[in-house]
Amino acid sequence: MSNARSTKRWAPWALLGPGVVWLVVFFAFPLVRLLTTALDDSETTRRLGGGGIKNFTTIPKNYGEVLVRTFTYSLIATLLCIAIGYPMAYFIAMRGGRFKNALLALVVLPFFTTYLIRTIAWRVIVDQEGPLVGFLRWTGMIGDSEGLLGRPISVVFALVYNFLPFMVLPIYVSLEKIDKRLLEAGRDLFASAPRTFRKVTMRLSLPGVFAGSLLTFIPASGDFVNADLLGTDSTLMIGNIIEKNFLKEQFRPGISALSFVLMLLILGGVLLYAKLLGTEDLI
Amino acid sequence: MAAGSGRAVVGRQGAPLWLRKLGSMFLNVYAMAGFLYLLLPVFVIVLFSFNEPGITRDGVFRPAVRGVRNYRWGRFSIDAWKDPFKLPDLTNAFQTSLKIAALTTVIAVAIGTLMAIALVKYDFRGKGPISTFLILPLTMPEVVMGLSLLVLFVSWGIPRGFLTILIAHVMFSVSYVATTVKARLRGFEWRLEEAAADLGASPQRTFFKVTLPLITPGIFAAALLTFALSLDDFVITYLNRGPQVTTFPVQIWLTKKSGVPVQINVFATLVLIVSVSIALLGLYVQRRRERPVAD
Repeated sequence: MSNARSTKRWAPWALLGPGVVWLVVFFAFPLVRLLTTALDDSETTRRLGGGGIKNFTTIPKNYGEVLVRTFTYSLIATLLCIAIGYPMAYFIAMRGGRFKNALLALVVLPFFTTYLIRTIAWRVIVDQEGPLVGFLRWTGMIGDSEGLLGRPISVVFALVYNFLPFMVLPIYVSLEKIDKRLLEAGRDLFASAPRTFRKVTMRLSLPGVFAGSLLTFIPASGDFVNADLLGTDSTLMIGNIIEKNFLKEQFRPGISALSFVLMLLILGGVLLYAKLLGTEDLI
Repeated sequence: MAAGSGRAVVGRQGAPLWLRKLGSMFLNVYAMAGFLYLLLPVFVIVLFSFNEPGITRDGVFRPAVRGVRNYRWGRFSIDAWKDPFKLPDLTNAFQTSLKIAALTTVIAVAIGTLMAIALVKYDFRGKGPISTFLILPLTMPEVVMGLSLLVLFVSWGIPRGFLTILIAHVMFSVSYVATTVKARLRGFEWRLEEAAADLGASPQRTFFKVTLPLITPGIFAAALLTFALSLDDFVITYLNRGPQVTTFPVQIWLTKKSGVPVQINVFATLVLIVSVSIALLGLYVQRRRERPVAD
């Protein structure tokens, strides 16, 4: 009996062992190394105007603008994802009928291609001589010599495009879970359709919106592919700074500090957002 | 829905019927536009696999001389489809991607499934923190994970290449596998294992004959997800690859300046066709399994 119990005690750890070791060595420990690299105080780093804690304190001056831009783009992209994705998820969940699975398959279809090629496809769509720019010029929304490429709007809409399925799917799941009888109850109690939506549907779908926002905002804020392929130097994001400098050894302490700050800001943002939405229990 | 519109006639809901109908139609159109937005680039990818870059001037088509920048439509051509393996760099990169994806799938599914079993089957101290720790990699931007891993490899003096890419891929896949399999394992009847043991089956036999067949659908789903994630990963791979080893997404990145060859779109279209086929096959198998056995 005691033998069986002791077996039970180590059994889960034996099963967890390989995975936990892998994640500790190649996920958690590297974050510690990232921090120690970020605090590097060598001669080379000092000559570059940093060293120790200065690697962090110089960030607002050197990269403040890029940080603000990164979070602005990611925030706008996330809000647009909600604006576009929520009605899509609602449509699938409430009106999909027997086409529900087919519609969900269409939502994830872009994932069956490659991320970079999808973004290049956007590059094709917003091309100076493409049909979209031609149409916008024809309507007079943009000038005859103007284009879309290199503008913040192209970068933001490419981010929205790339992460939209991550918004639609969790919202769909939470809408699907809603007991339809609650909506009927709302109506039976003389609530108007908008009121029922506000008080029942929207509230119950908040966990989905929360999950979707994280799945959109986090990858968007670290992304450099969209800003690189569709933007210019004036639309650079934090990811671009890291991507352009990671190979140069002397800049590694600086960008390590920068990515550490990015991580902390995201973490703080997530906690704040959870508090605002009242979904702390989800984390 | 039908019941709802029936009540509308009674006029309980405030807004007039025509307004609600308009709103309802607006939602349909809006959702359709959303789908169009999602699918347009996919269409462009397939379309541009039939492109021959160049310009037509005065009715004469001039193929692009320098590089093959596949960003603008030239004219219809099936050249790239006739010879998809024309560019050795691209073909090699694609093969490397497939190799890494296959190895990542085997390793990550094995250790991730074990973790899932431990977390669902047992109650033990530290279960909560471990579950949270498992989700952490999913909440971190890839560029942070990629850079921290790079810093680690540099400080250990490990040369970057095939092995470092594989390590990185397994790292970010394990959490996905464990989460996916865990979701499928909830509600699993663990007493079946006890029953098998009571009937004299050895632990190994119980595992292979009872446990494994029951959790196979979850493992299969996790394997597909891992393979797809690994094949598509760019950021972490790019930060942890060596100059000699190039995966398919990295190769695309490297050619974006010199001109993206049409063959890339051919490969992407092939990946799309294969993935859709696998997804359809999965749906078909699932439907057959769910259908009651007719006798």
